[in-house]
Amino acid sequence: MDVRVSTTCPYCGVGCGVLAAVDAAGTVDIAGEPAHGSNRGRLCVKGMALGETVDLQGRLLHPLVRDGRGAFSRVRWDDAIDKVARGFGRVIERHGPDAVAFYLSGQLLTEDYYVVNKLAKGYIGTANIDTNSRLCMSSAVAGHKRAFGEDVVPGCYEDLDQAELVVLVGSNTAWCHPVAFQRIMAAREAGARVVVVDPRFTSTCESADLHLPVKPGTDVWLFNGLLAFLFRHGAMDAAFVEAHTRGLSQALSVARREAADVAEVARICGVRQPDLQAFYELFARSGRAVTLFSQGVNQSSSGTDKVNSIINCHLLTGRIGKPGAGPFSITGQPNAMGGREVGGLANTLAAHMELHDSVHREIVQAFWASPRMASRPGLKAVELFDAMLEGRVKALWIMGTNPVVSLPDADRARRALDACELVVCSDIMESTDTNRHAHVLLPALGWGEKDGSVTNSERRISRQRPFLPAPGEARADWRIVCDVARRMGFARGFEFETPHGIFAEHARLTAFGNRAPRADGAPAAPRVLDLSGLSALTPQQYATLAPVQWPVRANGAGTRRLFADGRFAHADGRARFVATPARAPVNAPDREYPLVLNTGRVRDHWHTMTRTGKSPRLAGHIGEPYIDMHPHDALRSGVREGELARVGSRWGSMVARVRHGGGMLVGNVFVPIHWNDQFASDARVGAVVNPVVDPVSGEPEFKHTPVRVEPFPVRWYGFAFGRRFLPTSELTYWTLIRGERFFRYELAHWERPADCGTWARTWLGAGDPDADWLEYEDSGSGVYRAVHVRDERIESCLFLSARPDLPSRQWLASLFAREHLDDADRACLLIGEPPGAGFDSGPVVCSCFGVGRNTICDAIRKGGLDTPAAITAAVRAGGNCGSCVPELQRLIAEARMTRET
Amino acid sequence: MSRPRPRLVVVGNGMAGIRTVEELLQLAPQLYDITVFGAEPHGNYNRILLSMLLSGEKRPEELVLNAPAWYAAHGIELHAGDPVVAVDRSRRVVRSRRGVLRPYDRLLVATGSRPATLPVPGSGLPGVVCFRNIHDVERMLESAGRYRRAAVIGGGLLGIEAANGLARRGMQVTLIHRSHVLLNQQLDGDAANLLARNLEGRGLALRLGAETSAFEGARRVERVRLADGSHVDADLVVIAIGVQPDTALMRASGLYCERGIVVDDTLQTYDPHVYAVGECVQHRQLTFGLVAPVWEQARVCASHLARLGHRRYRTRQSDARLKVTGIDLYSAGDFLGRCGTEDLVLRDPRRGIYKRLVLSGNRLAGVVLYGDARDGGWYFDLINRGTDVGPWRDRLLFGQAYCQPMAAQA
Repeated sequence: MDVRVSTTCPYCGVGCGVLAAVDAAGTVDIAGEPAHGSNRGRLCVKGMALGETVDLQGRLLHPLVRDGRGAFSRVRWDDAIDKVARGFGRVIERHGPDAVAFYLSGQLLTEDYYVVNKLAKGYIGTANIDTNSRLCMSSAVAGHKRAFGEDVVPGCYEDLDQAELVVLVGSNTAWCHPVAFQRIMAAREAGARVVVVDPRFTSTCESADLHLPVKPGTDVWLFNGLLAFLFRHGAMDAAFVEAHTRGLSQALSVARREAADVAEVARICGVRQPDLQAFYELFARSGRAVTLFSQGVNQSSSGTDKVNSIINCHLLTGRIGKPGAGPFSITGQPNAMGGREVGGLANTLAAHMELHDSVHREIVQAFWASPRMASRPGLKAVELFDAMLEGRVKALWIMGTNPVVSLPDADRARRALDACELVVCSDIMESTDTNRHAHVLLPALGWGEKDGSVTNSERRISRQRPFLPAPGEARADWRIVCDVARRMGFARGFEFETPHGIFAEHARLTAFGNRAPRADGAPAAPRVLDLSGLSALTPQQYATLAPVQWPVRANGAGTRRLFADGRFAHADGRARFVATPARAPVNAPDREYPLVLNTGRVRDHWHTMTRTGKSPRLAGHIGEPYIDMHPHDALRSGVREGELARVGSRWGSMVARVRHGGGMLVGNVFVPIHWNDQFASDARVGAVVNPVVDPVSGEPEFKHTPVRVEPFPVRWYGFAFGRRFLPTSELTYWTLIRGERFFRYELAHWERPADCGTWARTWLGAGDPDADWLEYEDSGSGVYRAVHVRDERIESCLFLSARPDLPSRQWLASLFAREHLDDADRACLLIGEPPGAGFDSGPVVCSCFGVGRNTICDAIRKGGLDTPAAITAAVRAGGNCGSCVPELQRLIAEARMTRET
Repeated sequence: MSRPRPRLVVVGNGMAGIRTVEELLQLAPQLYDITVFGAEPHGNYNRILLSMLLSGEKRPEELVLNAPAWYAAHGIELHAGDPVVAVDRSRRVVRSRRGVLRPYDRLLVATGSRPATLPVPGSGLPGVVCFRNIHDVERMLESAGRYRRAAVIGGGLLGIEAANGLARRGMQVTLIHRSHVLLNQQLDGDAANLLARNLEGRGLALRLGAETSAFEGARRVERVRLADGSHVDADLVVIAIGVQPDTALMRASGLYCERGIVVDDTLQTYDPHVYAVGECVQHRQLTFGLVAPVWEQARVCASHLARLGHRRYRTRQSDARLKVTGIDLYSAGDFLGRCGTEDLVLRDPRRGIYKRLVLSGNRLAGVVLYGDARDGGWYFDLINRGTDVGPWRDRLLFGQAYCQPMAAQA
């Protein structure tokens, strides 16, 4: 046993190699894969905790269909497939192919993505297939296409090692891409400089040389200013620009018109002019500069322009395709890149070919030999949910994502799902905010069970390999899709039996027609994405495929860096400067909504917590949703740190705890994206976010929504621990935090129960009058505490107070790992603190004054006391009823004997 | 030749009187010629431990506070077993039962208290006893050797201790109490319930809310008749329903008495030559039954007898503790609370623990501890000092150990 399986981490786009092993007891051991080029054996805390996330608690294990009364009941796979195929078929028949849609996830494997894309575009004939990558990556995709002619990340992680300057834009790399950040830190140790552009002072900024706390949404001004500065100060690589680019004059004239004056740019961006000047000068003189950008750039109504404004600077200086230099989009999901490669977006076709291009359509349809071909772009995520609400899309199949949490204006997304005739969800968890609105739930395989490939941010294709058996009746996503496709009547095209077969077909498609047009007129379209070197893999070779960076041409070798030769993917081989007139975010703060909401990740959670929410280790860092804001804004909003507040926009609201200390600028509020109805009462920040999108990429503006923050008045605050889930439906506010053998709840309620004791007993399930129940009550200050002990183990506890200052949860949490509480622990349960580490006064001798044996012996020894009266004078013992005087005499005698011997 | 020393006569050879003498000897060893008269034929012993003598947890010699040799060593003339029967205050002379006459310059009265009696039929029957002194304990032990069933009337501290002691001596004991709440002078209902359960667990039968109407029996008591008509079989009945100041002697001498001998803050009576301490006195309407205030009276009184009259006796909150092994119980101050007070309550019935603190504003006003009373003395200090406990309110009920670091900062 203990065979280590080499696989890939399912979290962020760094795409670290993982070694996983399962022991006889089922414990999963996780380590970094030293041989993987992206992480070289390192893992972050989320990756290290993967073993804690693969249990089966809460897993969806059987197909479920909603019955007439609205409850889910278990059905056979065959019936579930039938239900989905018929439902989609009926809608297509009545309303046409564009009345159905697929909404996918950057966590699907490339193989899964491939078959869904094929089914939708080639067989059903709709491009209504979009993905949560729209929410994080699509601005980068659009920016790449505009600049390079294809969605290509030119560089690789080694560029981070080799750079003299790393500019991090809109990226809390330290928390969101920790392993990449370690490489950046190693480079900094070796002399590289790090500049962070971020409205927040994040953990990333702690280790930076320079932090530019820009006003949200002003990045284009910043980089237009940089472009103008670089040009003005002679940092242009004229030969490169001349030979390999187009469009400089337009881009430059916009930049010079808007951002020629550093002082003016500093004013617009809200940063100190000397800092900005320093950044521009640093960039100008750093030949090896990487600009790494993430959601702070992409999630904007001008996200695509932000991307191009960054790329413009690299094109001007020729810093692209060279070691240690280039614009670098780092993705948030493990396989957003793979999804893009197979075309799993509403505006692309497949294998980096485009829907709007008839030649591309011809190539793909010829390859697939498919009955149909979608000919116009489908609906992008936000549009798709609008169309559902308007009745234009009537059937939706969601795979591996949670749009009710993650979309902007998320309450509207919820209504959109309810407006559909048929909502199918493939998921690994049974209970999610989205599944609540489904008609059919299909159990999919999770990480550790599924088998296929993913592509990370540096174009590296890595295998995800199974090391756990498929639980219950769960099936691979690609298999479910193929089953449904065949049931819909598409007998040919979906006969896949293995992920290898799918991958090989995908690889062949990337090579198909991938050449310059020739005289014979056969359809041809040259693409950088070329996996011809992988198209003939045997099943065995696929099984053992080592991580490799595409393109992988016929010789089978990967490609570390692209565009090194200055040839880009546009037909003329030249990259494009894109003129990027700056514009402010769509919705400006006003008197009613005076603050700007920013959203993002915390270090130890990922997306909607379906996995990380299971791990006690990960719950330890930040357990509760919060509203981070500047103390001045808190004062103005009438809210206090530690208390609850409501963040509201014109679109919706959520409730969380106020805190400071996240380095917020005045006027800005930050709320993490992770919490949802499975983990908290009302913490979906998606409901608050404005449904504004970038006009090019369709990516929502998650980083800028005008909001106001208001007090959320409650009568009591509290927390509870239980060995089992506790009922939350009647509570005004709750957050669930998973611990080692316990569930912890942070609580608040608008009204105090008339009788805390009775309520607490019922709530904690200790209604039995003989239950071992400890309680403490200070009704005058609104304090109530109770602990339920069962079989000498702590079973549950509840601490309430009128104020948010409650005892530490640390020690109580540790008790759940104990099989037996001793008396000393028991005595401290209700104060929530371990027995004091101070002086142990020993067993009580004088009970009148509570004087212990050790105290008395100490006094005898130190004071040379020889009568009970002397002891009384010194420590009061024996001074009242006198019944301990004989014992005092004995202690004196013992002390004398000790002295004499 | 020097002037003869003034004469101090002490009426009562109990804990209060002798403690006062001890304090006096500390302050002014040679000031007086001292004579002590006592009704009991012993030296001074610790009356509080009588219940442990009854239960067999202490031996008689362990009760002794001052043996006859102590009196001799301090030149004190002791008349044990010979009580004073008359005081002539105009001539300043006392006379004992045996006819000993002793003049005094200062008289210290410490006649203590006598048990309250139950004026019901049959109270004179053999086998009906009080619980006050060594002689009572001897009678009870004698009965315990010969009979099986006992009834104790009175669920106060002494009654419970007596009942427990007799049960430990092997008797089947029924405790009869007028109130529905045991120790109703010391406990609230919750603590009393825990105590009742504990006592029942020790084999005691409890009759709460029960009024005694008669003692019945032919030649000796055989049963206790209750007001509801039912009865409790008993060959030994111990009456422990409280004490009354023993003022008979001084009342007869014409000294001003109310419920007790009235004293001022210096423990002086209405007669400037006469001082009084202990359970026989009444100070600002209060009489006494617990030891702590008596010790304080002794200190104050001694200072005045020593002509160093600088101390004042002040009414302090009283506290109480039950002397029953295995029951840790403490109460002090205004433990029931009033309008405007706030309670802190802790319950751990499985460990048999109940604690209640009564706060008046930010001051501790009262405390009831059951099951874990080790912090009783500390709370008592907080009550008497009027310490502001607001800053550690959340920790207060968890005891001194949890508040000490904070108290040190305060």
